[in-house]
Amino acid sequence: MVEKSQTMNDRSDNTQNNFDVNVGLAEMLKGGAIMDVTTAEQAKIAEDAGACAVMALERIPADIRRDGGVARMSDPDMIQEIKDTVSIPVMAKCRIGHFAEAQVLQALEIDFIDESEVLTPADEANHIYKHEFKVPFVCGATNLGEALRRIGEGAAMMRTKGEAGSGNIVEAVRHMRALQDEMKRLTTLGKEQLMSVAKDLGAPYDLVCYVAEHGRLPVPNFSAGGIATPADAALVRQLGAEAVFVGSGIFKSDDPAARAAAIVKATTHFDDPEILLQVSRGLRPGMKGLEMSEIPEQERLAVRGW
Amino acid sequence: MNRTVGVLALQGAYQKHVDCLSRLGVDTLLIRKASELDQCDGLIIPGGESTTMSLLIQESGMYEPLRDFAQVKPVMGVCAGMIMMSASVDDQRVKPLQIMPFRALRNHYGRQVHSFSADITLDFDADGDTFHAHFIRAPGVETLANGIEVLATCNDESVMIGDGGHIALSFHPELTDDARIHAYWLSNINV
Repeated sequence: MVEKSQTMNDRSDNTQNNFDVNVGLAEMLKGGAIMDVTTAEQAKIAEDAGACAVMALERIPADIRRDGGVARMSDPDMIQEIKDTVSIPVMAKCRIGHFAEAQVLQALEIDFIDESEVLTPADEANHIYKHEFKVPFVCGATNLGEALRRIGEGAAMMRTKGEAGSGNIVEAVRHMRALQDEMKRLTTLGKEQLMSVAKDLGAPYDLVCYVAEHGRLPVPNFSAGGIATPADAALVRQLGAEAVFVGSGIFKSDDPAARAAAIVKATTHFDDPEILLQVSRGLRPGMKGLEMSEIPEQERLAVRGW
Repeated sequence: MNRTVGVLALQGAYQKHVDCLSRLGVDTLLIRKASELDQCDGLIIPGGESTTMSLLIQESGMYEPLRDFAQVKPVMGVCAGMIMMSASVDDQRVKPLQIMPFRALRNHYGRQVHSFSADITLDFDADGDTFHAHFIRAPGVETLANGIEVLATCNDESVMIGDGGHIALSFHPELTDDARIHAYWLSNINV
């Protein structure tokens, strides 16, 4: 308890500094690929392929989807082993609203916590108040209102949600376009319209004003869910994603190391078709993937979050 | 003639440097290929992940071209960029460009939970305001050879070093609105 109250005092003096440093780490991950890994060996493959961070989790989304049941924070020992293996930042997921899991991950000195819809939500009304933590959070969003609510709670990075574990890019594209369109629209509005927009979006007014002025979110925005090929990574980058999360797409493919390296290069050279062609050649088959109509509405992960 | 500064854009916080240079009225170019270096009067290697950057530098065929560039043109390296400029690194996973004679220590200050901000004095502007410096999983500097000048310290550790045209920093001047460090580097390089 002593330790905790000390941290609280530091925060009251330093909330803004802490937020700036956490958004700063998100800035450093831009232009990179963050990969889901379930073992130390996979983490090593990801780092050797050029991943800028890894997401440590017990089961990748495709397997969570297949297995069913309640998906929770991963075993700390398994996360620790991955931390000990790689030098790049290590992220881990907690359930939506499960601040006790987040406290455990912070005590474990995880570099970024993903409050993730891929796990089974713990609170159906509230997300975690993230400004209370020293370590940064990333959250998912399908639209601008959801993104600004998460940033209002303290998220230092956003990721537009695709449908995790589907190997299908269509939802990632839908939500990236929705977010970009809404942001563009705000830049065309008069100041007198923004309070009404804040009301309609259910978003903090000051953040609505920021988007209207700058045409972008106040924190980096990455894309996650459904990325399975180098071209998928290039597509979401060209649509405005500043980096990509790749989950099942790598370790559900036939040659993870080669595919991981190809996706890293495609993320960097996203607007150079010659290089995209070159890195797309010679890859063994990717994950099979699911057509959206094969995923029942109640099993869709992207709709979780409020 | 207007000078053009390249910003290595393989991975990391390159856009923030472009924004900073633009505010100073400098033309910039994102660099992802060796041939693009020909158009630059100077280069910034930004922060990011040094393992990723090191790999992409080699696989994009930029390792030797970047070293050749640094022989004749000024380079500023920040965080991972500082690591890339070093002569050696305490981690085999990174192959530094050996632009400046110092040893870089990766993640010297620990993981993200230990990242911090500090107000430091810039030696070249000792009478001016302190600089609000963000240290993010920051690298350290171990050994200094002759000819390397310490330009700023934090808690007795060197956090900004230079040898005339080249400078290397543990912290992130591009994440603040204070452009003094970029302006200082530009003033030194006479391009």
